[in-house]
Amino acid sequence: MYRWIPFWPDTAAVNAIAVNNIYIAELALSSLITLTVAFMLLTFSIRYRRGSTASRANLVQKTWHFEVGWTTATLGLFLILFVYGASMYIWLYNPPPADEEIYVVGKRWMWKAEHPGGQREIDALHVPIDKTIRLVLASEDVIHSFFVPAFRIKHDVVPGALETIWFKANKTGTFRLACTQFCGLQHATMAGEVVVMSGPDYARWLGDQGVRESFAEQGSELFRAHGCSGCHSENSTVHAPLLDGVYGTFVHMQDGSVRFADEAYLRDCIVNPRSFTVAGYPPVMPDYAGQLGEDELLKVIAYIKSIGSKRETGR
Amino acid sequence: MSVTTVERASADEPPETEPSYLTAENTISSWLLTRDHKRIALLFFASITFFFFVGGMAATLMRLNLATPEGLLQPSVYNRMFTMHGIIMVWFFLIPSIPTTFGNFFIPLMIGARDLAFPRVNLGSWYVFNLSGLVVLYSLVMGGADTGWTFYTPLSTSFANGYVFAAAMAVFINGFSSIMTSLNFVVTIHRLRAPGMTWMRLPLFVWGIYSVSVVMLTATPVLTMDTFLLAVERFVGTGLFDPAHGGDVLLWQHMFWFYSHPAVYIMILPAMGVISEIIPCYARRPIFGYAGMVIALMAIAILSFFVWAHHMFVAGISIYSAVFFSLMTFFVAVPSAIKVFNWTVSLHKGSISFDAPMLYALGFVLLFTVGGVTGLMLATLPVDVDVHGTYFVIAHFHYIMVGATVSAYFAALHYWWPKITGRYYPEGWARFSAILTYVGFNFTFFPQFILGYLGMARRSYTYPADWQSWNLLSSAGASILAVAYALPLLYLGWSLIWGRKAGPNPWRATGLEWAIASPPPEHNFERTPTVTLEPYSYDPEHGSFVTQEGRSHAR
Ligand code: HEC
Ligand SMILES: [Cu+2]
Ligand SMILES: [Cu+2]
Repeated sequence: MYRWIPFWPDTAAVNAIAVNNIYIAELALSSLITLTVAFMLLTFSIRYRRGSTASRANLVQKTWHFEVGWTTATLGLFLILFVYGASMYIWLYNPPPADEEIYVVGKRWMWKAEHPGGQREIDALHVPIDKTIRLVLASEDVIHSFFVPAFRIKHDVVPGALETIWFKANKTGTFRLACTQFCGLQHATMAGEVVVMSGPDYARWLGDQGVRESFAEQGSELFRAHGCSGCHSENSTVHAPLLDGVYGTFVHMQDGSVRFADEAYLRDCIVNPRSFTVAGYPPVMPDYAGQLGEDELLKVIAYIKSIGSKRETGR
Repeated sequence: MSVTTVERASADEPPETEPSYLTAENTISSWLLTRDHKRIALLFFASITFFFFVGGMAATLMRLNLATPEGLLQPSVYNRMFTMHGIIMVWFFLIPSIPTTFGNFFIPLMIGARDLAFPRVNLGSWYVFNLSGLVVLYSLVMGGADTGWTFYTPLSTSFANGYVFAAAMAVFINGFSSIMTSLNFVVTIHRLRAPGMTWMRLPLFVWGIYSVSVVMLTATPVLTMDTFLLAVERFVGTGLFDPAHGGDVLLWQHMFWFYSHPAVYIMILPAMGVISEIIPCYARRPIFGYAGMVIALMAIAILSFFVWAHHMFVAGISIYSAVFFSLMTFFVAVPSAIKVFNWTVSLHKGSISFDAPMLYALGFVLLFTVGGVTGLMLATLPVDVDVHGTYFVIAHFHYIMVGATVSAYFAALHYWWPKITGRYYPEGWARFSAILTYVGFNFTFFPQFILGYLGMARRSYTYPADWQSWNLLSSAGASILAVAYALPLLYLGWSLIWGRKAGPNPWRATGLEWAIASPPPEHNFERTPTVTLEPYSYDPEHGSFVTQEGRSHAR
């Protein structure tokens, strides 16, 4: 990696291999097009330079055949690139079932990662090899962009939203992590490293961190401390929905719309409850915006995701 | 107002030996209050040349800083430098560059008119432009804005502590100048064409300016609203872009790129027009596929409105809208590909000479091609996900906006220099700087493609040490480029006094602008010309050509 003149980044994830391939294909095509144009410019320039004896008879000013043919060919080629790219994008941005879920919070100017077991790290991310890792990205202030060149993945980290991204590393080692969205003074140093480890090494690393409470357990405490459990529980007097198993279902709203309960939805419920109401319930859910920090929100969400999974969909 | 102008265009013929527009009157107020489109073009030329060098100074500092990972500048200074470089180069040089100078000067001449439709609006546009220029200089002198030229929220609204408000106001005011100028062009091209100058006989430069004016006229108001909302939000916290108040941070990006993507084409369409004038003239043959070129220009102008979200593929827009905008981006590349193809074929069976304008034009075609194919790579969704926000993007758009547009600007400057000043530029020096531009440009920006794929984030004042070799090469290239851009200032200045005198038609070109004296008389045409031919009636076989008025010239 640290050669004197680096030409090519590491390729260390299954996503990266796919993107790398399309990049190489397009690079070859681009070079071919550019060289063809350069070659034509050069040969015409030499052959038809002023004073050369080449014949200029039967000059072509336009030929619709040629122009339409050329246009169609270009269009066809572009459509192939489009389909190739679009299908890969859908695959890249649609997280498959994850082996492990890690929460990442961007903050000026650091990356905080929280493992499900409660392990925390700053400007570093330890992950096991050959496992599908899903990242839930949140921002505490401005827009950042989470970028690991060796994995060819990137996603903006947007305040007020939760974004997800996934990768499956296939090489152990240490890789760069960067922010690619200008976020103020120290944007350039908002970087870190991703450490890909073998399964046993990773397990050892997790054990060495000395944590007592898992991420969801910390969320459960917040859930009680902030009074959520006062309404959202079996024996509550308030008519509020039980949250067991709501994650990953479709929720019907008072206004007739249906929303899919992913992380972003749960976040919305907590910090923006005025903007919608779950069908069949009174709109009494208090607004927690400003009371819970971005990583506390993630903990509560992790807790809600962790409780119950047996709930009939489409209630 | 238009009525009086039209009347003036047809009535009272000027005397035979009218003095040139340069010497007609000599007082300062005759310049500052002029309504002559040619003088206003020179006023604009002075303003934007000034800003070109201010923006260039910022770029020089940036490249100096990036020569080593440790850098020279304070991080806060570097951040302000790239922000001001972007703002100044985009709104104070590139967008006005070709339209306000060569457009202003040559649109009336090329369509056979006495002036633009609204001469006072034209002058007003220059004052508005300078007002916005003063505001941006104020922002710069006070320390500059620190948001990047894209002003992304919520950084720009709640976090940045530089002179963001002033910079946004400069852009806001600047928009009015764009609107005034483009409105003027649209009306002029519709209403003031000489008899016989039908739409399909318009020189392609006129088409270029026409298409860009339509885009400016429709896109700029969105930017005006946008910067206004930004300023209000920064001042009183309306919350429109603030999620804590139910706002949406991405709304800014949608509105911003709804203007700023078309703005990319605002910067390139006039350049395409220039190149389409120069290539036929120096290849001595008609342009290949005139109608195709016109259709391509207008297709780009229209399609450019439907691609804005390709700047947001990683920002969290829905997957399906990303797919749609990727498709539209591929579509907009088709007419651009047609143009490259047609310029290239326009050399076939020509009788080509390689004067400086032609060298710049050939450089344009190649650099535009590189910018174009890398644009295709960026239109491909997964590749964009990878290289978005890196130096790959920086390299890509500099190939288009500097490699192509600035080359076209210099091509135009040399091509029309004898017409504007009545003097030849020194050919040797000009060829030298054309080649130097090309060399310096590639050294500066090609390494940035590699850095981008390696993962170097844009807008970074520092970088990991193992990327230094490419950065150093890029900085070295930039110093060559700086010389190549400064040279013309010297030798063109020299030629004003010592240059050889040029006749009316030094390049034996076909357009109406070449039928009158160099420099043109104050009222352009003694009598309104009548057009009988399409442009570019050059004959490479016999070395002859026929002007648009139908006058043929043998070898
Ligand atoms: C005063 C009682 C009350 C409190 C306290 C409360 N909620 Fe709620 N919550 C409700 C009610 C009522 C609804 C359903 C109506 C609505 O959507 O506004 C609801 C809806 C929700 C939903 C959407 C449920 C679904 O089925 O889709 C979530 C998630 C949620 N609350 C989480 C929380 C969390 C987390 C807290 C603590 C930080 C909390 N609530 C505190 C009353 C409460
Ligand atoms: Cu950043
Ligand atoms: Cu764009």
